[in-house]
Amino acid sequence: MVKLKIDNFDVDVAEGTSILDAARSVQIDIPTLCKHPDVDPSAGCGMCIVKVGGRIMRSCSTPVAEGMEVVTNDKELQETRKTVLELILSNHPNYCLKCARSGQCELQDMAMRMGVDRDEIHKILKPEEIDDSTQAIVLDPLKCIVCGRCVDICQNQQNVWALSYLNRGLATKITGANDARLADTPCIKCGQCAAHCPTGAITEYDETAKVWDMLKDKELVTVVQIAPAVRVALGEEFGYEFGKNLTGKIYAALRRLGFAKVFDTNFGADLTIIEEATEFVRRFKEKDHLPMFTSCCPAWVDYVEKYYPEYLPNLSSCKSPHQMVGAVAKTYYAQKTGIDASKIRVVSIMPCTAKKWEVRRHETMRASGYQDVDVVLTTRELAKMIRQSGINFHNLKDEEADSPLGEYSGAGTIFGVTGGVMTAALRTAYFYITGQELGTLNFDDIEGLDGIKAAEVDINGTKVRIVVVNGVGNVAELMENLKAAEAAGEEPSCHFIEVMACRGGCIAGGGQPKVMMPNLPKPWGINDEIRRLRSQGLNNEDEQAANRLSHHNQSIKQLYSEYLGKPGEGKAHELLHTKYRQRDVYK
Amino acid sequence: MAEVSQAAQVASKWRKKRGSLIMALHEIQGVKGYIDWQDAMDVSREMNIPLARIYEVLTFYNFFKLEAPGKAVISVCTGTACYLKGNDKVLEKFKSELGINEGESTADKMFHLQSVRCVGCCGLAPVCVVNGKTYGRMTPEAVPGILDEWRQAFKEE
Amino acid sequence: MAEMDLDKRFDIHETAKNKLAEIEKFMCNIYCCHSTGCKSSGSDDILDLIKNMVAEYEVEDKIRVVATGCMGLCAQGPLIRVEIKGKKDALFKRVDLESAKVIMEKYVLPAVQTESEFAVPAELEEHVLSLELPFFTKQEKVVLKNAGHMDPEDIAEYMARGGYLALEKALKNMTPAEVVAEIKKSGLRGRGGGGFSTGMKWELAAKVPTVDEKFIICNGDEGDPGAYMDRSILEGDPHAVIEGMMIAAYAIGATEGWFYVRAEYPLAVERLEKAIKACKKNRLLGNNIMGTDFCFNVDIRLGAGAFVCGEETALIHSIEGARGTPRPRPPYPTNKGLWGKPSCVNNVETLANVPKILLKGADWFASFGTETSKGTKVFALTGQVEHSGLIEVPMGTTIKEIVNEIGGGVPNGKKLKAVQTGGPSGGVIPEEYMDMPVCYEELKKLGSIMGSGGMIVIDDTSDMVSLAKFYLDFTVDESCGKCAPCRIGGKQMLNLLDKINKGKGTAKDLALLKRIASAMQKASLCGLGQTAPNPVLSTLRFYEKEYTDKLVEEHAATEEK
Repeated sequence: MVKLKIDNFDVDVAEGTSILDAARSVQIDIPTLCKHPDVDPSAGCGMCIVKVGGRIMRSCSTPVAEGMEVVTNDKELQETRKTVLELILSNHPNYCLKCARSGQCELQDMAMRMGVDRDEIHKILKPEEIDDSTQAIVLDPLKCIVCGRCVDICQNQQNVWALSYLNRGLATKITGANDARLADTPCIKCGQCAAHCPTGAITEYDETAKVWDMLKDKELVTVVQIAPAVRVALGEEFGYEFGKNLTGKIYAALRRLGFAKVFDTNFGADLTIIEEATEFVRRFKEKDHLPMFTSCCPAWVDYVEKYYPEYLPNLSSCKSPHQMVGAVAKTYYAQKTGIDASKIRVVSIMPCTAKKWEVRRHETMRASGYQDVDVVLTTRELAKMIRQSGINFHNLKDEEADSPLGEYSGAGTIFGVTGGVMTAALRTAYFYITGQELGTLNFDDIEGLDGIKAAEVDINGTKVRIVVVNGVGNVAELMENLKAAEAAGEEPSCHFIEVMACRGGCIAGGGQPKVMMPNLPKPWGINDEIRRLRSQGLNNEDEQAANRLSHHNQSIKQLYSEYLGKPGEGKAHELLHTKYRQRDVYK
Repeated sequence: MAEVSQAAQVASKWRKKRGSLIMALHEIQGVKGYIDWQDAMDVSREMNIPLARIYEVLTFYNFFKLEAPGKAVISVCTGTACYLKGNDKVLEKFKSELGINEGESTADKMFHLQSVRCVGCCGLAPVCVVNGKTYGRMTPEAVPGILDEWRQAFKEE
Repeated sequence: MAEMDLDKRFDIHETAKNKLAEIEKFMCNIYCCHSTGCKSSGSDDILDLIKNMVAEYEVEDKIRVVATGCMGLCAQGPLIRVEIKGKKDALFKRVDLESAKVIMEKYVLPAVQTESEFAVPAELEEHVLSLELPFFTKQEKVVLKNAGHMDPEDIAEYMARGGYLALEKALKNMTPAEVVAEIKKSGLRGRGGGGFSTGMKWELAAKVPTVDEKFIICNGDEGDPGAYMDRSILEGDPHAVIEGMMIAAYAIGATEGWFYVRAEYPLAVERLEKAIKACKKNRLLGNNIMGTDFCFNVDIRLGAGAFVCGEETALIHSIEGARGTPRPRPPYPTNKGLWGKPSCVNNVETLANVPKILLKGADWFASFGTETSKGTKVFALTGQVEHSGLIEVPMGTTIKEIVNEIGGGVPNGKKLKAVQTGGPSGGVIPEEYMDMPVCYEELKKLGSIMGSGGMIVIDDTSDMVSLAKFYLDFTVDESCGKCAPCRIGGKQMLNLLDKINKGKGTAKDLALLKRIASAMQKASLCGLGQTAPNPVLSTLRFYEKEYTDKLVEEHAATEEK
């Protein structure tokens, strides 16, 4: 431990702690616009300056030292910070009123906090084209303050390398290689850039207007589904604590928005498990393209299609849960209720920006004869719609989802957490192989925020080796090992691999809330504490669920007996499975 | 087997050496005069460096050109000594004579005009360099003659 | 096999002796300056002509023609120095093919043939430069001792002038700690601009254990526009820098060395490459150097046109093949540098001083200079001065001596107004402070810095607002863009300065200019941004009236719109 003085307070923190974090531990919040707990300090913004023994240093990147005396705030520091902030604002448009991040913007908040009360410095703004080429995430260079968080996340954490710096000095711009549009780059639409952006420079592709149009059209039957991770995050937009599970209130809000039916993607998750466990059991027995990779994360699928096309046959052919719900809604549900499938619109509320791309990614996404899912909205967009509608979210009474695509098990819920898909799949695969239920339903080794987690499961004397990759940036080493093993003619080191592109899983997806609350750990958006709390919200629901096994979901059983037939075959295969193709890293 | 490009050859030569991206880019530009998208892709593949990183580097450093410059590259020194001795006027003269700005090439691709920071001949200030040939103690009046000299040289080729 | 190689090891004493004997045989040495400055005024052709004439007249055994590094008086180039045994040395300026021929025919060839005195003929008068000029007599050459006096591409000639003796002394007679102590005692400070104690830096670097690798990096990214000290050293005496680096490597336990040189210096790179090759051939680089346990290799990496790469963390990023953006320190490169390994970054001139210090002793070195600034300093003296060129003077020499005596004063009957040091990171020193001794502390007191050695003489016709704008324009152009204060602040300052310079600025604009300058100094990430406002603040400090004279009243500015 290191002892130091910050503004005359004695502070005792671990060695290696930054002055910024040490100050936070004694309730002093040094302003910063670039430091984020998920990234290394870039020291770019210049706001977090403090005095160490009279010398001005950056608190984000300077580690504490024994006996250090730090001044975090005096007139000189305040004036300097204010001028630096005014400089940043002079290079940023005053469009707050029409910005998606208004009210949740770190720059706007900083301007209020620092009491910026003058407009002396002339604006220098270079008009730049907005890049919405992915139709998943939108990059508005004019609003970018070049904090560098998104580039660090995209390159170093996600290992995607879609975003990069172009030029230097004031001409520095964050964009694709040689100013390529994001759709022409390796971008996997994971949206982690948007999740970490302090301003409105990177946001989701807003499709709320499209959904309002659908809801207005009385000819249409517009149904909706919510992903697991949405239920433990939406509340943050309305002042609830992190990880609060508000499934019932969300259903109620969706009905009030005018959706004809409210379904749940957790149902689709259970359905996915039936198909995926069946597929895995067959492939494991036949040693068919092992290890098998999960395929419910569209950003991961995109990543394999671009970076590891030779492993496309290893991806599970199962569609992701919400795509399964879409396909079933426009076939089985349409048939069951006698609604003309052409009139059904499916809206998915997702924690994810890549899902916006997924609905169009392959012709198999039109298995019903129509686009199976019409629109994907992020959790943030749903919050926006609820606010626009005037619904008093707080006072809503809990409601239930609609049948038959609303029932779900605890296994479906935990799809939203890293390790969850694997856990859910193993519960059912074990049952398929042994005819018995697992003793304990959790696998401690694959929980938590480690980048790579591995476990070995004994199924009737057969060892099944599983790996969970938490964050797509952690996958490269594993893939290289697999390649090397294959080249050496060896058995693969594992049989089943779950990959989630975002650290923590869907609960920390690119479309999740980034709210500002005075009591929040800063900066707003996402950090490991928030990841932990949201995960806990989903895990609690699983633990308390009456049914924690996908294969005991009664509505699913009914779906197979009434319509699909056997898992993995015939109609089930036609509707619920997809294909993959190699994609160029650059167009 | 497709023909291996110059860029790919250079890149594969440098691949095993540490800290060699900029060296490889120098070598490619040294032969070709600039580095285009295909060159960058070749370097990316051969050296296993993301394309995004290569363009980050190419657009950070002044030295690299992404497009073919004019045949005669005119570098007007804007170092301090040359500035004090009035090279800004020489630069202006080049601009008006050629009808282009700094960093641009003439439509006929004959001349490319750029300002550079100190070519290291401060004693000869003000200085400009055309394709490696140095012109010391420059004056705006000398500009048309230099342009004619190079036009003539290209005509003779 | 290995033992045989060891036997064949190059003996520096033997080589030096042979080379000296060889040189001794010649009656006459003709030194032709062959550095970038003189080459660009045609010294290549002159060299060829002289060599051809020597061959033509069959006097190869009498006359040795040597292409050398920089002789200093660059404005008067191409320069040729003729040394004939028993005769006074002669220096010729502004030599062209015609005068070179005359020099040979009317002076060198007849003079070599005669025992008696032989004067330079009158027709060459306009080409004669007196070696009695204060420009030559007032200098104290330590680092530049060899440049201009030998063939930089001949390792034997370097040895003949005492080269690699310091390395031998270090490797065979001193422990690494003793080397560090000697450098520390000498008071040598970083010549790149920072002025940090070299010995202390080495001590820090030596303290970090060498786990697998440790690097010594030579910073040759001289970016100050108007300064070319490092280029001339690398061109004129590359082996001195290599030797300095090897001694540094031995002292701190480095396993590999990197030269980072501006791509704009092709000749310096070429000479360095040849020197490294010669070292490798002669087993001065590689394993078991001079039969000791010391193993060391070096490589060259080029810059690509970014001034900010002179900052050590930016330089390291550049070698790694990334954008040359600085990163916050700590961690310092001595702990975590190139590829995360401990790395010590030293400037070219700093390293070139090292062999001399080891050979002649710390006390000898410390006998030059002031209390806190020891040794000599090389300056690129340019601007409105009679003799512009490269000079070396003891620290503490006054500006007056440099400008008026060595530099020969301001030409064209104009008056001296100020001297600018430190380039875009420095400031101006007005005429009334001309008695100030040049050293780190004194320059700092006046709001300038030593910098890498640019010294620009400004006459009374120069406008200080324009000068400040010139420098700011440079730093704005060279800002890496990483940190907001520098990225945006610099451009905003430049816009304000431009407005004021055009006679459209108001008192409010001037106040804002000062406010932004102060924020940039305090909140920029690296030295480039922190010092970028210096030329403005420094000219404001001494010549504020030149700014206020250009201001207009608020209403006038509004009407202008």
